Amino acid sequence: MRKLIAAAGLLAATILGAGQAQAQGKTITLCWAAWDPANALVELSKDFTAKSGVNMKFEFVPWPNFADRMLNELNSKGKLCDVIIGDSQWIGGAAENKHYVKLNDFFAKEGITMDDFMPATVTGYAEWPKGTPNYWGLPAMGDANGWTYRKDWFADAKNQADFKARFNRDLAPPKSLAELKDIAEFFQGREIGGKKVYGAAVFTERGSEGITMGVANALYPFGFEYQDPKKPYAMEGFVNSPGAVAGLEFYKALYKCCTPPGYTNAYMQEGLDAFKSGQVAMQMNWFAFFPGLFKDPAVGGDKIGFFVNPGHNGKNGSQLGGQGMSVVSYSPNQAEALAYIKWFAAPEVQKKWWALGGYSAHKAVLNDPNFKNTAPFAGDFLVAMGQVKDFWAEPSYAALLLAMQKRVHDYVVADQGTAKQALDLMIQDWTKVFKEDGKL
Amino acid sequence: MNLLPSSASLIEKAARATPPSFVGKVRGLSDKAIAWIFIAPTLLLLLAINIFPLIWTIQLSFTNYRANRPNAPLRDVGLAHYNEILTNPDIWAAMQVTARFVIASIVIQTVLGFLLAWLIDRKFRGSGFLTTMILLPMMLSPAVVGNFWTFLYQPQIGLFNYIVAFVTGIPPSSFQMLGDVNLSPWAIVLVDSWMWTPYVMLICLAGLRSIPDYIYEAAEVDRASKWRQFWTITLPMAMPFIMLAVLFRGIENFKMFDMVNLLTGGGPGSTTEVASITLKREAFEKWRTGYSSAFAIILFVTVFGLANIYVRALNRVKSR
Repeated sequence: MRKLIAAAGLLAATILGAGQAQAQGKTITLCWAAWDPANALVELSKDFTAKSGVNMKFEFVPWPNFADRMLNELNSKGKLCDVIIGDSQWIGGAAENKHYVKLNDFFAKEGITMDDFMPATVTGYAEWPKGTPNYWGLPAMGDANGWTYRKDWFADAKNQADFKARFNRDLAPPKSLAELKDIAEFFQGREIGGKKVYGAAVFTERGSEGITMGVANALYPFGFEYQDPKKPYAMEGFVNSPGAVAGLEFYKALYKCCTPPGYTNAYMQEGLDAFKSGQVAMQMNWFAFFPGLFKDPAVGGDKIGFFVNPGHNGKNGSQLGGQGMSVVSYSPNQAEALAYIKWFAAPEVQKKWWALGGYSAHKAVLNDPNFKNTAPFAGDFLVAMGQVKDFWAEPSYAALLLAMQKRVHDYVVADQGTAKQALDLMIQDWTKVFKEDGKL
Repeated sequence: MNLLPSSASLIEKAARATPPSFVGKVRGLSDKAIAWIFIAPTLLLLLAINIFPLIWTIQLSFTNYRANRPNAPLRDVGLAHYNEILTNPDIWAAMQVTARFVIASIVIQTVLGFLLAWLIDRKFRGSGFLTTMILLPMMLSPAVVGNFWTFLYQPQIGLFNYIVAFVTGIPPSSFQMLGDVNLSPWAIVLVDSWMWTPYVMLICLAGLRSIPDYIYEAAEVDRASKWRQFWTITLPMAMPFIMLAVLFRGIENFKMFDMVNLLTGGGPGSTTEVASITLKREAFEKWRTGYSSAFAIILFVTVFGLANIYVRALNRVKSR
């Protein structure tokens, strides 16, 4: 009997050893956008290589080309990526076109449960169809739109006095969108340190998703809804509700009054440039950039403050960002890719992920009583993630997005038509897309 | 003396080594067959990369095919895409933007290109160096030019705005070349003209240098003024070259994509959204492959038709 056990043990050890040896020579490629959190992931992934023997290669694409490059790769059934950290809006198309591996069985087998992750991120980055327990990704990088401001300018005694004289309240991070506009107007054209500065950097980019992501931060608090909650794809009266019209008008007014000159095609990088070069008092951007900004020698540390996207008449809303981690179904290295996801889902890895500058969506990190004290923007991140909404994640999301980009940019930047007309045209465009998809 | 016999023996050896059947076959081929053998690779290549995609595009334009959903059932939609394109106001707006851009840039480039060629043609000290300098923009990559001009047009730090401010006294950050609906089309025309006027100049210069000197000498003998010589000799004789330059630039500008994409991306709003930008969005962002194929065919027919009419006019001018 002992001999039998020893033989079985030897056999098991040989098989395991062989598996390990096989994995040792393997390399998997992870595809993502080229930005600060990607560098943190490179650092984090060294632990995976040390533990598994699987080497990691990274393919990072700059944001403006990220969607084009990666969706082309998936559509052509390319084998470049084994693991992909894809945008939240891609999940419908990636699931329906079978670009991603469905992870339900894998999660069940490995004891990974979506209950361990923040609900908004599960809905946003993992589920398709939304609200059903069909998982195509693991929430990898929680993100939302937020704001940074120049704490030192806000604290300045002269600025404080002038602001109080004009608005009869203290110069402090805004609690509503109206207050935000007041502050932006106050700083617009003001001389600070012998330099002319401007109110706010907001998203106006036309080519990819910029202005849509930006304007959503005004639309949501003003009452915009993508559809009737009781009747899917019924948009009349929701997309173009009086609140939505007022929200779009507000965004245009903010853009017109308070952005730096030439700010007609600006997204994340332009916002970062404007803030880092000391041009603007406030900046709309993704939380993902906040760790890097906090460390910035020129505008970080004591000079920077953060706040959640303000609400309007007690209603709040922030645009969801962030991505889920998925296994590409055309990958020849699916076993290693799944091993990576299993490793990444572990609570201790998630804690290190947050410490390095990534935004974990794991409750083991976010529910830690000390989480809010780990970074000056950590508390705001939790609040923002509690009020997020996402753009359509339908398979035709790109057509829906392009329509919104066009209609909103036409109105906000190019002064064509009214807000109501822009939203009405958007409904027409979206209806056409849904009809083509057979959803209407 | 030893070289010849040894060479001859080498040739004989090579001839002996060649299989007689092959030699026989080649010898037996007609001139026409040999000509076909030579042009066949080129023909095959043309068929593979030009004709086949064209036929496939025509076929796709009648279907609902989407490249991002290869497994979706393919449906014949007849002329629906063509009908939708030709009745879509956004497409007509893009075509109008394209037409305005083509006309404005061709007029500027032709006038400036011809004037530059005329100037360079009067040989003066340093004309060679000046020609090289003028040709430089044409040699740059459009990607470099697009990025470079984006910085030049930047309202706060851009050199262009500062030069305009210096000349006119307007504050540099008070106007935006790329962000203003009225200025942005002209911003693109300006960059395109900066880059491609030298090309027009080069073609016009070839035309001017092809005019024989004796015609001018005869005109001098007849006491024709310089102005008269220009209108009756220079311009008519250079006209086929000018028209050729207009044809080349017209076709290129109709297809213009890179510069517009880099400078404005079609914005602000849709002010500079030329047809090629719309086509790219439909084909590679919305993935409406069937629809965009129909649009591509319409654009192709438009350019082909206009170019054909133009070439006939060009031939008439040449035959005068």
